[in-house]
Amino acid sequence: MNSKSKTQTPIAWLQRNLFNTWYNSLLTIVCFALLSWIAYGVGNWAFNKAQWEVVTSNLPLFFVGRYPADQVWRLWLVLVIVVGTIATGILNRKRRFLFILIPVCVLLILWLIGGGFFLTTVGTNLWNGLLLTLLAASISIVLAFPIGILLALGRQSSLPILRGFCTIYVELVRGLPLIGILFMAQVMLPLVLPGQIQLDRVVRAIAGLVLFNAAYLAENVRGGLQSIPRGQVEAAKALGLNTPLSLLLIVLPQALRTAIPAIVGQFISLFKDTSLLSLFALVELTGITRSILAQPEYLGRYAEVYLFIGLIYWIFCFTMSQMSRKLERKSI
Amino acid sequence: MLIAENVHKWYGKFQVLRGVSLTVSPGEVVVIMGPSGSGKSTFIRTFNALEDYQQGRIIIDGTELSADLRNIDTIRQEVGMVFQQFNLFPHLTVLQNVTLAPTYVRKWSKAKAEEVALQLLERVGILEQAQKFPGQLSGGQQQRVAIARALAMQPKIMLFDEPTSALDPEMVREVLDVMRSLAESGMTMIVVTHEVGFAREVADRIILMDEGLLVESASPIEFFQHPKEERTRKFLSQIL
Repeated sequence: MNSKSKTQTPIAWLQRNLFNTWYNSLLTIVCFALLSWIAYGVGNWAFNKAQWEVVTSNLPLFFVGRYPADQVWRLWLVLVIVVGTIATGILNRKRRFLFILIPVCVLLILWLIGGGFFLTTVGTNLWNGLLLTLLAASISIVLAFPIGILLALGRQSSLPILRGFCTIYVELVRGLPLIGILFMAQVMLPLVLPGQIQLDRVVRAIAGLVLFNAAYLAENVRGGLQSIPRGQVEAAKALGLNTPLSLLLIVLPQALRTAIPAIVGQFISLFKDTSLLSLFALVELTGITRSILAQPEYLGRYAEVYLFIGLIYWIFCFTMSQMSRKLERKSI
Repeated sequence: MLIAENVHKWYGKFQVLRGVSLTVSPGEVVVIMGPSGSGKSTFIRTFNALEDYQQGRIIIDGTELSADLRNIDTIRQEVGMVFQQFNLFPHLTVLQNVTLAPTYVRKWSKAKAEEVALQLLERVGILEQAQKFPGQLSGGQQQRVAIARALAMQPKIMLFDEPTSALDPEMVREVLDVMRSLAESGMTMIVVTHEVGFAREVADRIILMDEGLLVESASPIEFFQHPKEERTRKFLSQIL
Protein backbone atom coordinates (compact mmCIF):
# COMPACT_ATOMS: atom_id res chain seq x y z
CA MET A 1 0.00 0.00 0.00
CA ASN A 2 1.34 3.43 -0.88
CA SER A 3 0.95 6.47 1.39
CA LYS A 4 -1.81 7.99 -0.79
CA SER A 5 -4.36 5.26 -0.18
CA LYS A 6 -3.45 5.22 3.50
CA THR A 7 -4.60 8.81 4.03
CA GLN A 8 -7.89 8.18 2.22
CA THR A 9 -9.35 5.27 4.19
CA PRO A 10 -12.15 6.18 6.60
CA ILE A 11 -10.32 4.74 9.57
CA ALA A 12 -7.29 6.86 8.80
CA TRP A 13 -9.52 9.92 8.52
CA LEU A 14 -11.05 9.17 11.92
CA GLN A 15 -7.61 8.70 13.38
CA ARG A 16 -6.37 11.98 11.95
CA ASN A 17 -9.29 14.22 12.76
CA LEU A 18 -11.07 12.84 15.78
CA PHE A 19 -8.53 10.81 17.71
CA ASN A 20 -5.20 12.51 17.06
CA THR A 21 -4.57 13.70 20.63
CA TRP A 22 -5.81 12.40 23.96
CA TYR A 23 -8.07 15.38 24.65
CA ASN A 24 -9.54 15.22 21.14
CA SER A 25 -10.24 11.55 21.65
CA LEU A 26 -11.92 12.28 24.97
CA LEU A 27 -13.96 15.08 23.38
CA THR A 28 -14.98 12.78 20.55
CA ILE A 29 -16.19 10.10 22.96
CA VAL A 30 -18.11 12.61 25.07
CA CYS A 31 -19.74 14.23 22.02
CA PHE A 32 -20.61 10.88 20.55
CA ALA A 33 -22.18 9.79 23.82
CA LEU A 34 -24.17 13.01 24.08
CA LEU A 35 -25.39 12.81 20.49
CA SER A 36 -26.37 9.16 20.89
CA TRP A 37 -28.30 9.92 24.05
CA ILE A 38 -30.17 12.78 22.37
CA ALA A 39 -30.82 10.76 19.23
CA TYR A 40 -32.14 7.84 21.26
CA GLY A 41 -34.38 10.12 23.27
CA VAL A 42 -35.79 11.86 20.20
CA GLY A 43 -36.09 8.65 18.19
CA ASN A 44 -37.79 6.83 21.03
CA TRP A 45 -40.28 9.62 21.43
CA ALA A 46 -40.88 10.00 17.69
CA PHE A 47 -41.52 6.32 17.02
CA ASN A 48 -43.04 5.02 20.23
CA LYS A 49 -44.62 7.71 22.35
CA ALA A 50 -45.69 10.38 19.86
CA GLN A 51 -49.11 10.16 18.31
CA TRP A 52 -48.83 11.37 14.76
CA GLU A 53 -52.53 10.94 13.97
CA VAL A 54 -53.01 14.55 14.96
CA VAL A 55 -50.91 15.47 11.94
CA THR A 56 -51.99 12.79 9.49
CA SER A 57 -55.70 13.18 10.04
CA ASN A 58 -55.66 16.97 9.97
CA LEU A 59 -53.56 17.46 6.86
CA PRO A 60 -56.32 19.29 4.97
CA LEU A 61 -56.71 21.69 7.90
CA PHE A 62 -52.99 22.44 7.95
CA PHE A 63 -52.89 23.19 4.27
CA VAL A 64 -56.16 24.91 3.48
CA GLY A 65 -57.98 25.29 6.77
CA ARG A 66 -61.72 25.75 6.48
CA TYR A 67 -61.77 26.29 2.72
CA PRO A 68 -64.97 24.68 1.40
CA ALA A 69 -64.11 21.08 0.54
CA ASP A 70 -66.02 21.10 -2.74
CA GLN A 71 -64.03 24.12 -3.98
CA VAL A 72 -60.59 22.77 -3.14
CA TRP A 73 -60.11 21.74 -6.77
CA ARG A 74 -59.58 25.44 -7.48
CA LEU A 75 -56.58 25.40 -5.16
CA TRP A 76 -55.12 22.41 -6.98
CA LEU A 77 -55.45 24.45 -10.17
CA VAL A 78 -53.60 27.32 -8.50
CA LEU A 79 -50.79 24.92 -7.58
CA VAL A 80 -50.58 23.74 -11.17
CA ILE A 81 -50.40 27.33 -12.44
CA VAL A 82 -47.66 28.23 -9.94
CA VAL A 83 -45.53 25.18 -10.71
CA GLY A 84 -46.09 25.68 -14.43
CA THR A 85 -45.02 29.34 -14.32
CA ILE A 86 -41.90 28.54 -12.32
CA ALA A 87 -41.02 25.72 -14.70
CA THR A 88 -41.41 27.92 -17.79
CA GLY A 89 -39.41 30.63 -16.09
CA ILE A 90 -36.53 28.27 -15.39
CA LEU A 91 -36.56 26.35 -18.63
CA ASN A 92 -37.02 29.25 -21.02
CA ARG A 93 -34.03 31.43 -21.87
CA LYS A 94 -36.01 34.43 -23.06
CA ARG A 95 -37.48 36.31 -20.13
CA ARG A 96 -39.48 39.00 -21.93
CA PHE A 97 -42.83 37.18 -21.97
CA LEU A 98 -42.69 36.72 -18.20
CA PHE A 99 -43.54 40.39 -17.83
CA ILE A 100 -46.97 39.67 -19.28
CA LEU A 101 -47.40 36.10 -18.06
CA ILE A 102 -46.80 36.76 -14.38
CA PRO A 103 -49.36 39.53 -13.81
CA VAL A 104 -51.93 37.48 -15.72
CA CYS A 105 -51.21 34.44 -13.55
CA VAL A 106 -51.44 36.52 -10.41
CA LEU A 107 -54.87 37.79 -11.33
CA LEU A 108 -55.93 34.29 -12.32
CA ILE A 109 -54.75 32.86 -9.00
CA LEU A 110 -56.49 35.55 -6.96
CA TRP A 111 -59.70 34.93 -8.87
CA LEU A 112 -59.47 31.18 -8.36
CA ILE A 113 -58.87 31.52 -4.63
CA GLY A 114 -61.34 34.26 -3.87
CA GLY A 115 -64.09 33.61 -6.36
CA GLY A 116 -66.45 36.11 -7.92
CA PHE A 117 -67.66 36.16 -11.53
CA PHE A 118 -68.41 32.52 -12.27
CA LEU A 119 -66.97 30.91 -9.16
CA THR A 120 -68.56 30.90 -5.72
CA THR A 121 -67.03 33.52 -3.49
CA VAL A 122 -64.89 32.18 -0.67
CA GLY A 123 -64.51 34.81 2.03
CA THR A 124 -61.04 35.73 3.25
CA ASN A 125 -61.82 34.42 6.71
CA LEU A 126 -61.94 30.97 5.15
CA TRP A 127 -58.46 31.35 3.69
CA ASN A 128 -56.57 29.45 6.34
CA GLY A 129 -53.48 27.42 6.99
CA LEU A 130 -50.58 27.16 4.61
CA LEU A 131 -52.71 28.76 1.89
CA LEU A 132 -52.88 32.04 3.79
CA THR A 133 -49.22 31.87 4.77
CA LEU A 134 -48.13 31.45 1.16
CA LEU A 135 -50.54 34.08 -0.12
CA ALA A 136 -49.57 36.70 2.46
CA ALA A 137 -45.86 35.98 2.06
CA SER A 138 -45.84 36.05 -1.76
CA ILE A 139 -47.90 39.21 -2.09
CA SER A 140 -45.84 40.97 0.58
CA ILE A 141 -42.58 39.96 -1.08
CA VAL A 142 -43.75 41.08 -4.50
CA LEU A 143 -44.92 44.46 -3.21
CA ALA A 144 -42.16 45.19 -0.70
CA PHE A 145 -39.31 44.58 -3.16
CA PRO A 146 -39.96 47.41 -5.65
CA ILE A 147 -40.94 49.78 -2.84
CA GLY A 148 -37.67 48.93 -1.09
CA ILE A 149 -35.70 49.66 -4.26
CA LEU A 150 -37.47 53.01 -4.70
CA LEU A 151 -36.78 53.93 -1.08
CA ALA A 152 -33.09 53.07 -1.48
CA LEU A 153 -32.83 55.15 -4.64
CA GLY A 154 -34.78 57.98 -3.03
CA ARG A 155 -32.39 57.99 -0.11
CA GLN A 156 -29.53 58.69 -2.49
CA SER A 157 -31.36 61.29 -4.51
CA SER A 158 -30.19 64.86 -4.81
CA LEU A 159 -33.66 66.23 -4.09
CA PRO A 160 -33.65 67.08 -0.38
CA ILE A 161 -37.37 66.49 0.28
CA LEU A 162 -37.29 63.06 -1.32
CA ARG A 163 -34.11 62.10 0.43
CA GLY A 164 -35.44 63.36 3.77
CA PHE A 165 -38.71 61.49 3.41
CA CYS A 166 -37.05 58.19 2.49
CA THR A 167 -34.48 58.46 5.27
CA ILE A 168 -37.09 59.30 7.92
CA TYR A 169 -39.37 56.50 6.75
CA VAL A 170 -36.64 53.86 6.80
CA GLU A 171 -35.18 54.91 10.15
CA LEU A 172 -38.62 55.19 11.75
CA VAL A 173 -39.86 51.80 10.59
CA ARG A 174 -36.61 50.05 11.44
CA GLY A 175 -36.97 51.20 15.02
CA LEU A 176 -40.41 49.65 15.50
CA PRO A 177 -41.23 46.00 16.13
CA LEU A 178 -43.17 44.21 13.42
CA ILE A 179 -45.94 43.29 15.79
CA GLY A 180 -46.42 46.97 16.60
CA ILE A 181 -46.68 47.83 12.94
CA LEU A 182 -49.11 44.99 12.26
CA PHE A 183 -51.23 46.18 15.16
CA MET A 184 -51.18 49.73 13.87
CA ALA A 185 -52.13 48.52 10.42
CA GLN A 186 -55.10 46.55 11.77
CA VAL A 187 -56.36 49.33 14.01
CA MET A 188 -55.27 52.57 12.41
CA LEU A 189 -55.75 51.99 8.71
CA PRO A 190 -59.56 51.95 9.05
CA LEU A 191 -59.34 55.20 11.02
CA VAL A 192 -57.15 56.89 8.45
CA LEU A 193 -59.14 55.92 5.38
CA PRO A 194 -62.57 57.41 4.59
CA GLY A 195 -65.46 55.49 6.12
CA GLN A 196 -66.81 53.92 2.96
CA ILE A 197 -63.64 51.96 2.26
CA GLN A 198 -63.65 48.78 4.30
CA LEU A 199 -60.29 47.10 4.11
CA ASP A 200 -60.21 43.40 4.52
CA ARG A 201 -58.16 42.18 7.49
CA VAL A 202 -55.85 40.24 5.20
CA VAL A 203 -55.22 43.38 3.18
CA ARG A 204 -54.41 45.33 6.33
CA ALA A 205 -52.01 42.64 7.48
CA ILE A 206 -50.27 42.53 4.10
CA ALA A 207 -50.01 46.33 4.16
CA GLY A 208 -48.26 46.11 7.53
CA LEU A 209 -45.85 43.43 6.29
CA VAL A 210 -45.08 45.41 3.15
CA LEU A 211 -44.44 48.69 5.00
CA PHE A 212 -42.15 46.93 7.45
CA ASN A 213 -40.10 44.88 5.02
CA ALA A 214 -39.77 47.65 2.43
CA ALA A 215 -37.68 49.61 4.94
CA TYR A 216 -35.32 46.69 5.58
CA LEU A 217 -35.08 45.83 1.91
CA ALA A 218 -34.25 49.47 1.22
CA GLU A 219 -31.20 49.18 3.44
CA ASN A 220 -30.13 45.92 1.80
CA VAL A 221 -30.41 47.47 -1.64
CA ARG A 222 -28.60 50.59 -0.44
CA GLY A 223 -25.72 48.37 0.63
CA GLY A 224 -25.60 46.97 -2.87
CA LEU A 225 -25.77 50.46 -4.39
CA GLN A 226 -22.82 51.59 -2.30
CA SER A 227 -20.73 48.71 -3.53
CA ILE A 228 -20.82 50.01 -7.12
CA PRO A 229 -17.60 51.88 -7.99
CA ARG A 230 -18.12 55.51 -8.96
CA GLY A 231 -16.43 54.83 -12.27
CA GLN A 232 -19.42 52.79 -13.43
CA VAL A 233 -21.77 55.75 -13.15
CA GLU A 234 -19.15 58.06 -14.70
CA ALA A 235 -18.71 55.75 -17.67
CA ALA A 236 -22.47 55.53 -18.13
CA LYS A 237 -22.81 59.30 -18.00
CA ALA A 238 -19.86 59.82 -20.35
CA LEU A 239 -21.66 57.67 -22.92
CA GLY A 240 -24.67 59.98 -22.74
CA LEU A 241 -26.94 57.73 -20.64
CA ASN A 242 -29.27 59.84 -18.53
CA THR A 243 -29.89 59.05 -14.87
CA PRO A 244 -32.93 56.74 -15.26
CA LEU A 245 -31.20 54.73 -18.00
CA SER A 246 -27.91 54.43 -16.14
CA LEU A 247 -29.80 53.30 -13.02
CA LEU A 248 -31.84 50.73 -14.90
CA LEU A 249 -29.12 49.31 -17.15
CA ILE A 250 -25.92 49.69 -15.17
CA VAL A 251 -26.39 50.40 -11.48
CA LEU A 252 -29.39 48.33 -10.40
CA PRO A 253 -28.40 45.08 -12.16
CA GLN A 254 -25.05 45.14 -10.39
CA ALA A 255 -26.36 46.43 -7.06
CA LEU A 256 -29.16 43.89 -6.83
CA ARG A 257 -26.83 41.04 -7.66
CA THR A 258 -24.53 42.06 -4.82
CA ALA A 259 -27.47 42.40 -2.44
CA ILE A 260 -29.04 39.00 -3.26
CA PRO A 261 -27.95 37.25 -0.02
CA ALA A 262 -29.31 40.08 2.13
CA ILE A 263 -32.50 40.41 0.11
CA VAL A 264 -33.37 36.72 0.12
CA GLY A 265 -32.53 36.64 3.83
CA GLN A 266 -35.14 39.32 4.31
CA PHE A 267 -37.66 37.34 2.27
CA ILE A 268 -37.05 34.29 4.45
CA SER A 269 -37.63 36.44 7.53
CA LEU A 270 -40.82 37.79 5.99
CA PHE A 271 -42.08 34.30 5.33
CA LYS A 272 -41.64 33.29 8.94
CA ASP A 273 -43.05 36.58 10.20
CA THR A 274 -46.42 35.70 8.66
CA SER A 275 -46.84 33.55 11.76
CA LEU A 276 -47.52 36.78 13.66
CA LEU A 277 -50.76 37.15 11.72
CA SER A 278 -52.20 34.46 13.98
CA LEU A 279 -52.28 37.08 16.73
CA PHE A 280 -54.74 39.13 14.71
CA ALA A 281 -57.35 36.43 14.17
CA LEU A 282 -55.91 35.61 10.74
CA VAL A 283 -55.65 31.89 10.83
CA GLU A 284 -52.58 30.93 8.84
CA LEU A 285 -50.30 27.95 9.41
CA THR A 286 -49.40 28.84 13.00
CA GLY A 287 -52.90 29.96 13.81
CA ILE A 288 -54.56 26.80 12.59
CA THR A 289 -52.67 24.81 15.24
CA ARG A 290 -54.95 26.31 17.86
CA SER A 291 -58.04 24.99 16.08
CA ILE A 292 -56.40 21.60 15.65
CA LEU A 293 -55.29 21.35 19.24
CA ALA A 294 -58.74 22.40 20.44
CA GLN A 295 -60.17 19.14 19.11
CA PRO A 296 -60.93 16.90 22.12
CA GLU A 297 -59.09 13.85 20.81
CA TYR A 298 -55.93 15.84 20.18
CA LEU A 299 -55.63 17.90 23.34
CA GLY A 300 -52.06 18.32 24.44
CA ARG A 301 -50.39 17.07 21.25
CA TYR A 302 -48.34 20.24 21.01
CA ALA A 303 -45.01 18.65 20.17
CA GLU A 304 -46.20 16.77 17.09
CA VAL A 305 -48.12 19.71 15.72
CA TYR A 306 -45.39 22.28 16.21
CA LEU A 307 -42.74 19.95 14.90
CA PHE A 308 -44.83 19.45 11.80
CA ILE A 309 -45.37 23.12 11.06
CA GLY A 310 -41.74 23.72 11.93
CA LEU A 311 -40.85 21.24 9.21
CA ILE A 312 -43.11 22.99 6.71
CA TYR A 313 -41.60 26.41 7.48
CA TRP A 314 -38.14 24.92 7.21
CA ILE A 315 -38.84 23.34 3.83
CA PHE A 316 -39.94 26.65 2.33
CA CYS A 317 -37.15 28.68 3.91
CA PHE A 318 -34.51 26.17 2.88
CA THR A 319 -35.83 26.19 -0.68
CA MET A 320 -35.59 29.97 -0.77
CA SER A 321 -32.08 29.75 0.60
CA GLN A 322 -31.05 27.27 -2.09
CA MET A 323 -32.62 29.42 -4.81
CA SER A 324 -30.63 32.35 -3.47
CA ARG A 325 -27.39 30.40 -3.82
CA LYS A 326 -28.31 29.41 -7.35
CA LEU A 327 -29.03 33.04 -8.23
CA GLU A 328 -25.72 34.17 -6.79
CA ARG A 329 -23.77 31.61 -8.72
CA LYS A 330 -25.58 32.35 -11.93
CA SER A 331 -24.69 36.05 -11.83
CA ILE A 332 -21.33 36.96 -13.18
CA MET B 1 -14.09 72.24 -32.10
CA LEU B 2 -13.47 72.84 -28.41
CA ILE B 3 -12.94 76.19 -26.73
CA ALA B 4 -12.28 76.45 -23.01
CA GLU B 5 -12.04 80.04 -21.78
CA ASN B 6 -10.59 80.98 -18.44
CA VAL B 7 -11.98 78.01 -16.50
CA HIS B 8 -11.82 78.24 -12.71
CA LYS B 9 -12.81 75.48 -10.33
CA TRP B 10 -12.79 75.31 -6.56
CA TYR B 11 -13.18 72.27 -4.31
CA GLY B 12 -14.39 74.13 -1.25
CA LYS B 13 -11.59 76.57 -0.52
CA PHE B 14 -9.00 74.82 -2.65
CA GLN B 15 -8.68 76.13 -6.20
CA VAL B 16 -8.02 73.30 -8.62
CA LEU B 17 -8.20 75.19 -11.90
CA ARG B 18 -6.94 78.76 -12.00
CA GLY B 19 -8.15 80.17 -15.24
CA VAL B 20 -7.13 77.61 -17.84
CA SER B 21 -7.87 78.27 -21.50
CA LEU B 22 -7.56 75.90 -24.39
CA THR B 23 -8.61 75.84 -28.02
CA VAL B 24 -8.61 72.60 -29.97
CA SER B 25 -9.20 72.46 -33.72
CA PRO B 26 -10.89 69.55 -35.48
CA GLY B 27 -8.50 66.68 -36.12
CA GLU B 28 -5.93 68.02 -33.67
CA VAL B 29 -4.28 65.73 -31.13
CA VAL B 30 -3.47 67.56 -27.90
CA VAL B 31 -1.49 65.84 -25.15
CA ILE B 32 -1.65 67.27 -21.64
CA MET B 33 1.16 66.41 -19.29
CA GLY B 34 2.05 67.52 -15.81
CA PRO B 35 2.78 66.45 -12.26
CA SER B 36 0.04 64.75 -10.24
CA GLY B 37 -2.36 67.17 -8.66
CA SER B 38 -1.88 69.68 -11.45
CA GLY B 39 -5.55 69.53 -12.37
CA LYS B 40 -5.12 67.98 -15.81
CA SER B 41 -7.65 65.17 -15.23
CA THR B 42 -10.07 67.59 -13.62
CA PHE B 43 -9.70 69.90 -16.60
CA ILE B 44 -10.58 67.36 -19.24
CA ARG B 45 -13.43 66.04 -17.10
CA THR B 46 -15.05 69.47 -17.27
CA PHE B 47 -15.43 68.95 -21.02
CA ASN B 48 -18.10 66.30 -20.58
CA ALA B 49 -19.55 67.70 -17.39
CA LEU B 50 -18.19 64.98 -15.11
CA GLU B 51 -16.81 67.92 -13.18
CA ASP B 52 -18.53 71.26 -12.88
CA TYR B 53 -16.77 74.59 -12.84
CA GLN B 54 -17.53 77.88 -11.18
CA GLN B 55 -16.11 80.37 -13.65
CA GLY B 56 -15.34 80.51 -17.34
CA ARG B 57 -16.90 79.06 -20.49
CA ILE B 58 -16.61 75.82 -22.34
CA ILE B 59 -17.93 75.56 -25.89
CA ILE B 60 -17.93 72.21 -27.65
CA ASP B 61 -18.76 72.00 -31.34
CA GLY B 62 -20.57 75.30 -31.13
CA THR B 63 -22.71 74.43 -28.11
CA GLU B 64 -21.96 76.05 -24.81
CA LEU B 65 -21.91 73.78 -21.74
CA SER B 66 -24.49 74.91 -19.24
CA ALA B 67 -26.22 73.44 -16.22
CA ASP B 68 -29.20 72.36 -18.31
CA LEU B 69 -29.41 68.57 -18.12
CA ARG B 70 -30.63 67.99 -21.65
CA ASN B 71 -27.84 70.15 -22.94
CA ILE B 72 -25.30 68.10 -20.99
CA ASP B 73 -26.67 64.80 -22.28
CA THR B 74 -26.52 66.03 -25.87
CA ILE B 75 -22.93 67.18 -25.49
CA ARG B 76 -21.92 63.91 -23.86
CA GLN B 77 -23.06 62.05 -26.95
CA GLU B 78 -20.49 63.96 -28.98
CA VAL B 79 -17.64 63.63 -26.48
CA GLY B 80 -16.24 60.16 -25.93
CA MET B 81 -14.16 59.33 -22.88
CA VAL B 82 -11.71 56.58 -22.02
CA PHE B 83 -10.87 56.17 -18.34
CA GLN B 84 -7.75 55.08 -16.52
CA GLN B 85 -9.70 52.27 -14.79
CA PHE B 86 -11.48 51.18 -18.01
CA ASN B 87 -14.89 51.21 -16.25
CA LEU B 88 -16.34 48.51 -18.45
CA PHE B 89 -19.73 47.15 -17.36
CA PRO B 90 -18.93 43.75 -15.81
CA HIS B 91 -22.41 42.29 -16.10
CA LEU B 92 -22.52 42.72 -19.90
CA THR B 93 -20.53 40.99 -22.63
CA VAL B 94 -17.97 42.94 -24.62
CA LEU B 95 -20.42 43.28 -27.51
CA GLN B 96 -23.21 44.41 -25.18
CA ASN B 97 -20.87 46.97 -23.61
CA VAL B 98 -20.23 48.50 -27.01
CA THR B 99 -23.83 48.39 -28.30
CA LEU B 100 -25.49 49.65 -25.11
CA ALA B 101 -25.18 53.39 -25.61
CA PRO B 102 -25.95 53.50 -29.35
CA THR B 103 -29.04 51.35 -28.79
CA TYR B 104 -30.50 53.34 -25.90
CA VAL B 105 -29.16 56.84 -26.52
CA ARG B 106 -28.93 57.14 -30.29
CA LYS B 107 -31.85 54.74 -30.61
CA TRP B 108 -30.24 52.61 -33.31
CA SER B 109 -31.72 49.26 -34.22
CA LYS B 110 -30.06 46.22 -32.69
CA ALA B 111 -28.75 45.16 -36.11
CA LYS B 112 -27.15 48.49 -36.86
CA ALA B 113 -25.63 48.79 -33.40
CA GLU B 114 -24.14 45.32 -33.60
CA GLU B 115 -22.76 45.90 -37.08
CA VAL B 116 -20.99 49.08 -36.03
CA ALA B 117 -19.82 47.44 -32.81
CA LEU B 118 -18.31 44.44 -34.56
CA GLN B 119 -16.50 46.73 -37.01
CA LEU B 120 -15.04 48.71 -34.14
CA LEU B 121 -14.04 45.60 -32.22
CA GLU B 122 -12.22 44.41 -35.29
CA ARG B 123 -10.55 47.78 -35.66
CA VAL B 124 -9.17 47.62 -32.13
CA GLY B 125 -8.23 43.99 -32.63
CA ILE B 126 -10.55 42.10 -30.27
CA LEU B 127 -13.24 40.74 -32.55
CA GLU B 128 -12.86 37.20 -31.25
CA GLN B 129 -13.55 38.32 -27.65
CA ALA B 130 -16.94 39.80 -28.50
CA GLN B 131 -18.96 37.31 -26.44
CA LYS B 132 -16.68 37.32 -23.43
CA PHE B 133 -17.18 39.27 -20.24
CA PRO B 134 -14.77 42.06 -19.21
CA GLY B 135 -13.59 40.02 -16.25
CA GLN B 136 -12.19 37.43 -18.64
CA LEU B 137 -9.99 39.89 -20.51
CA SER B 138 -6.55 41.31 -19.81
CA GLY B 139 -6.10 44.97 -18.98
CA GLY B 140 -4.92 45.91 -22.44
CA GLN B 141 -7.87 44.10 -24.02
CA GLN B 142 -10.30 45.80 -21.65
CA GLN B 143 -8.96 49.24 -22.45
CA ARG B 144 -9.28 48.54 -26.16
CA VAL B 145 -12.90 47.52 -25.58
CA ALA B 146 -13.35 50.79 -23.69
CA ILE B 147 -12.01 52.69 -26.69
CA ALA B 148 -14.37 50.81 -29.02
CA ARG B 149 -17.26 51.51 -26.65
CA ALA B 150 -16.56 55.24 -26.71
CA LEU B 151 -16.14 55.23 -30.50
CA ALA B 152 -19.45 53.42 -31.00
CA MET B 153 -21.27 56.66 -30.26
CA GLN B 154 -19.39 58.24 -33.17
CA PRO B 155 -18.26 61.22 -31.09
CA LYS B 156 -16.60 64.31 -32.48
CA ILE B 157 -13.97 64.49 -29.74
CA MET B 158 -12.29 61.72 -27.77
CA LEU B 159 -10.95 62.37 -24.28
CA PHE B 160 -8.37 60.03 -22.78
CA ASP B 161 -7.68 60.26 -19.04
CA GLU B 162 -4.37 58.46 -18.47
CA PRO B 163 -5.49 55.46 -20.53
CA THR B 164 -2.34 53.41 -20.03
CA SER B 165 -1.43 54.29 -16.45
CA ALA B 166 -3.16 51.23 -14.99
CA LEU B 167 -1.71 48.77 -17.49
CA ASP B 168 1.22 46.41 -17.29
CA PRO B 169 4.09 47.61 -19.53
CA GLU B 170 3.59 44.81 -22.10
CA MET B 171 0.03 45.93 -22.70
CA VAL B 172 0.69 49.65 -22.98
CA ARG B 173 1.94 49.22 -26.53
CA GLU B 174 -1.22 47.64 -27.93
CA VAL B 175 -3.40 50.42 -26.53
CA LEU B 176 -1.10 53.17 -27.77
CA ASP B 177 -1.12 51.58 -31.22
CA VAL B 178 -4.90 51.82 -31.30
CA MET B 179 -4.75 55.44 -30.20
CA ARG B 180 -2.13 56.18 -32.81
CA SER B 181 -4.24 54.75 -35.62
CA LEU B 182 -7.23 56.66 -34.29
CA ALA B 183 -5.23 59.89 -34.47
CA GLU B 184 -4.12 59.09 -37.99
CA SER B 185 -7.74 58.64 -39.04
CA GLY B 186 -8.37 62.27 -38.14
CA MET B 187 -10.13 62.07 -34.75
CA THR B 188 -9.87 65.10 -32.49
CA MET B 189 -8.19 63.78 -29.35
CA ILE B 190 -7.25 65.27 -26.00
CA VAL B 191 -5.00 62.89 -24.10
CA VAL B 192 -3.73 63.13 -20.53
CA THR B 193 -0.77 60.80 -20.33
CA HIS B 194 2.76 60.24 -19.10
CA GLU B 195 3.77 58.35 -22.25
CA VAL B 196 6.51 60.51 -23.66
CA GLY B 197 7.02 58.37 -26.77
CA PHE B 198 3.38 58.67 -27.73
CA ALA B 199 3.41 62.42 -27.14
CA ARG B 200 6.48 62.89 -29.26
CA GLU B 201 5.20 60.85 -32.20
CA VAL B 202 1.48 61.49 -32.32
CA ALA B 203 0.73 64.83 -30.68
CA ASP B 204 0.19 67.99 -32.68
CA ARG B 205 0.58 70.00 -29.51
CA ILE B 206 1.76 69.29 -25.98
CA ILE B 207 0.53 71.21 -22.97
CA LEU B 208 2.04 71.31 -19.52
CA MET B 209 -0.21 71.94 -16.55
CA ASP B 210 0.99 72.59 -13.05
CA GLU B 211 -0.98 73.67 -9.96
CA GLY B 212 -4.10 74.45 -11.93
CA LEU B 213 -2.39 76.63 -14.50
CA LEU B 214 -1.49 76.08 -18.12
CA VAL B 215 2.24 76.55 -18.09
CA GLU B 216 3.31 75.96 -21.65
CA SER B 217 1.82 74.92 -24.94
CA ALA B 218 4.11 73.92 -27.82
CA SER B 219 4.69 71.47 -30.62
CA PRO B 220 6.43 68.25 -29.57
CA ILE B 221 9.80 69.31 -30.90
CA GLU B 222 9.63 72.69 -29.20
CA PHE B 223 8.30 71.19 -26.01
CA PHE B 224 10.94 68.54 -25.53
CA GLN B 225 13.96 70.24 -27.01
CA HIS B 226 13.44 73.97 -26.51
CA PRO B 227 11.10 74.41 -23.53
CA LYS B 228 10.46 78.06 -22.76
CA GLU B 229 9.34 77.92 -19.13
CA GLU B 230 11.42 77.02 -16.11
CA ARG B 231 8.71 74.74 -14.77
CA THR B 232 8.63 72.87 -18.06
CA ARG B 233 12.35 72.27 -17.87
CA LYS B 234 11.98 71.04 -14.30
CA PHE B 235 9.18 68.67 -15.27
CA LEU B 236 11.12 67.32 -18.24
CA SER B 237 14.17 66.69 -16.12
CA GLN B 238 12.03 64.54 -13.86
CA ILE B 239 10.44 62.42 -16.53
CA LEU B 240 13.10 62.10 -19.19
